[in-house]
Amino acid sequence: MEPWEEEEGPVKKFMYVNRKVPYGTIYALESLEVVLIAAAFDQDVTLVFIDDGVYQLMKGQDTTGIGMKNFSPTYRALEGYDIEKLYVEKESLESRGLTPDDLVVDVEVKTRSELADLMEEQDVVLSF
Amino acid sequence: MPIEVNGKVIETDEEGYLANLNDWSPEVAEAMAKEDGVELTDNHWEVINFLREYYDEYQIAPAVRVLTKAIGKKLGKDKGNSKYLYELFPYGPAKQACKYAGLPKPTGCV
Amino acid sequence: MAMLHTVNKSAFENRSLDSCIAHAKPGSSILLFEDGVVAAMEGTVISDKIKSILGDIKVYVLGPDLRARGLSTDKVIDGVTVLEDYGGFVDLVTEHDNVQAWL
Repeated sequence: MEPWEEEEGPVKKFMYVNRKVPYGTIYALESLEVVLIAAAFDQDVTLVFIDDGVYQLMKGQDTTGIGMKNFSPTYRALEGYDIEKLYVEKESLESRGLTPDDLVVDVEVKTRSELADLMEEQDVVLSF
Repeated sequence: MPIEVNGKVIETDEEGYLANLNDWSPEVAEAMAKEDGVELTDNHWEVINFLREYYDEYQIAPAVRVLTKAIGKKLGKDKGNSKYLYELFPYGPAKQACKYAGLPKPTGCV
Repeated sequence: MAMLHTVNKSAFENRSLDSCIAHAKPGSSILLFEDGVVAAMEGTVISDKIKSILGDIKVYVLGPDLRARGLSTDKVIDGVTVLEDYGGFVDLVTEHDNVQAWL
């Protein structure tokens, strides 16, 4: 067994629900950090971006003018952490005039009702 | 504990990680390694440089499991395993190599 | 008396912008900053709300907060003024008699 491995427990379904514009509040960054830490536990992880959460994934973020760290490149590292289920809500994109081309990672666009179903299948839902 | 490199005092946190990422230079890495009694070889530098590139691209220090996998992809299977990396960096490849590379401690590393 | 109203929360999430618009008199100004900048963008369900007041009220948006969120200044609603930096915010405050922050 490798030093970083824990004894294998049951795999649970975890969903992280991201709903806030980045930088104005700490939620977006906190969520990302929890996701990265929890990735070590090899659970079944899904990230969803709904409402203003879709802004977290915007391409071309440049935070030099506000003196904060731009953490958007880190979403592209998630694949290396075996976190591959990133879903963005169709209705949330549309009401903001955005398309998947505006986003920094490849995501799957799902409808509100699809996400509602997915949410019910989870063992744990974490809201940010 | 600040370290001194070429007559310049460089701030670090209590675990020896750089307080300011921009203070890094190869000489800083050498100085940190020397304090740990480690002589940096080309094999060490391969990992340190890889970490710096990874940070530049993703803005985080990778978890050890992610580092191992990514090193394997880039430098081959004989290097992308924990035995090899722990031999190079006995205090833990992610922790120790990140320190020499001037990166913050990997997220989730305690 | 010209008043400056500021909104720093997303109009998709709460009603601060609505309250602000309801209380802002013709001749006053509204500045969108921090998460509030999302309301300045063209092509959203909020765009018409901003467009409908532009004749009476000057609307400004803070450039550094747009850029931080990857929002292009090219896609800001026509008639909304982009302030280049936080110095522009300060200038705006000094040009008005009073500031009301809609938190």
